Amino acid sequence: MRCGDFRVSYASDERIFETRLPPVALAALLALLALVPLVAGTYWLDVLNRIGIAIIGAIGLNILVGFTGQISIGHAAFLSVGAYSTAILEVKAGVPFWLAIPLAAGLTSGFGLLFGVPSLRLKGLYLAIATLAAHFITAYVIIHWERMTNGVLGFNVPPATVFGFPLDSDARIFYLIFALVVPAVFFAKNLFRTKVGRAFIAVRDRDVAAAVIGVSLYRYKLLAFVISSFYAGVAGGLMAHHSRIVFPDAFSLLVAIDYLAMIIIGGMGSILGSIYGAAFMTLLPEVLKLGATSLTGVYPNAFGLIASARDIVFGLAIIFFLMYEPQGLARIWMRFRSFWKLWPYAY
Amino acid sequence: MSLLALDDLHLSFGGVAALAGVSLAVEAGAFFAVIGPNGAGKTSIFNCVSGIYAPTRGRIVFAGRDITRLRPHQRAQLGIARTFQNIALFRGMTVLDNVKIGRHVHLKSGVLACGLYYGRAAREERTHRETVEREIVDLLELQDIRHKVVGTLPYGLQKRVELARALALDPVLLLLDEPTAGMNAEETEDMVRFILHVARVKRLTVVMIEHDMGVVMDISDRVAVLDFGRKIAEGTPAEMQRDANVIKAYLGEDVEVA
Repeated sequence: MRCGDFRVSYASDERIFETRLPPVALAALLALLALVPLVAGTYWLDVLNRIGIAIIGAIGLNILVGFTGQISIGHAAFLSVGAYSTAILEVKAGVPFWLAIPLAAGLTSGFGLLFGVPSLRLKGLYLAIATLAAHFITAYVIIHWERMTNGVLGFNVPPATVFGFPLDSDARIFYLIFALVVPAVFFAKNLFRTKVGRAFIAVRDRDVAAAVIGVSLYRYKLLAFVISSFYAGVAGGLMAHHSRIVFPDAFSLLVAIDYLAMIIIGGMGSILGSIYGAAFMTLLPEVLKLGATSLTGVYPNAFGLIASARDIVFGLAIIFFLMYEPQGLARIWMRFRSFWKLWPYAY
Repeated sequence: MSLLALDDLHLSFGGVAALAGVSLAVEAGAFFAVIGPNGAGKTSIFNCVSGIYAPTRGRIVFAGRDITRLRPHQRAQLGIARTFQNIALFRGMTVLDNVKIGRHVHLKSGVLACGLYYGRAAREERTHRETVEREIVDLLELQDIRHKVVGTLPYGLQKRVELARALALDPVLLLLDEPTAGMNAEETEDMVRFILHVARVKRLTVVMIEHDMGVVMDISDRVAVLDFGRKIAEGTPAEMQRDANVIKAYLGEDVEVA
């Protein structure tokens, strides 16, 4: 059992994983995850896929809001730009998906850069309102640019194909999603142990002090928007391929709120927190649905009730976490871990 | 030639003149103190020099270069570091990360290299860590708290971490805004010891705002006294103690009572 801190070099102190066990455990977990499609049913695969997509999107939002302190309610807009540009590139321009997703993410980055410009002047609530404007402008353009987007109806997206092998089932798209989740997590993790990530946090904690130290506020605020919307672009592209259809209602303001809830519940300024939050927010309605299904025998109206209960439970969860655990699930997990690390010798 | 020269600096907010024509010259290697009653404009001078405020009129020349129009981070790149009167640390970060970010301007890796932790970025981070440990953490005796989150530390230590962060920039000019404010006698003594030590080891030019006259008289080579946005006197500490204007600003005038 590990009972102390035995690092003897600065290099070992800089590692992501403190001991040798976690990377092994993680590799084992990933290997297990790779086997999931062989055993899981479509229903749970679909849930897992949505968690995977939410993880990428939530990390993106956390980089901007949790780490850099630039509040954004425009995340659904960034997701929609990612989804629509992936879909349009593939359907209208015939670009293969492996090129369309990065291209769309790049486009979304540019879009993020544009709507990040107000952050150079605005802070806090004012910036939040400015990003809200970004949301409505995007939604308007999507609905009215019918030649490209087919308006409120949206359009179908053909399955991604790898060497003529269509990723048309939940099991197949699963590998595509998690092949992108893993690098997305590690890229973010690395970012925050190096220069760029530290600058982001500095901007969040004390922008004046950050500037005096030599961090260009312009550069890093915009960079946060660019990186964040790149993640959103990838997540959006995957959404298009996962649901195989893009339509405006999939990117309503509620989606942006859901993502904010993910990072609040999971943990602002924590990569792991984004993962927990994404899983929590995706699983919660499923759990509620399961509860409702088992209740229908006793109380036939349960399903209708649960539909409205979802929003109430989400609202309560957000309030609960803001009041009692502002650092979210990530913090709960850390406490849990440090308790068991020394168990039963802890005192 | 002086390292830092302020030439007829004016700064006003609406109708209020915070600085009304201040000229100063700080020689390289000097330990320069700025004193004056509250609201005299001392911190405004620092804010102008580090670029947080743009002076309404006047010029700031650093190392022979006019920096009046430069942005704060560009001035940091030239080697101007400062601490703040009310500690302005990054509270959510550890002591080590606070010091590390002090060296921001010396790191060259781009976003991609950082995110991939590959090649130059990884090497740079490793050597960076060693530099920070050797030159700052050891020097300011922060070893035992390096992994503590700054917000949880006592006040005196936070002040020292802020000094560490400013030093990590490897500055030419160090601006200290009330480094010993709110400290007890022992903490003050420690802080002064650290300041003197690092100034000598790193051959810094220091400009310090300080209210503790004991500290000012003991360690500065030259003192400027400000009152109502104007410089009312400048000279050696001993001269300032005898200066009639200074005594008037601090203690008021004798008024004939009938």
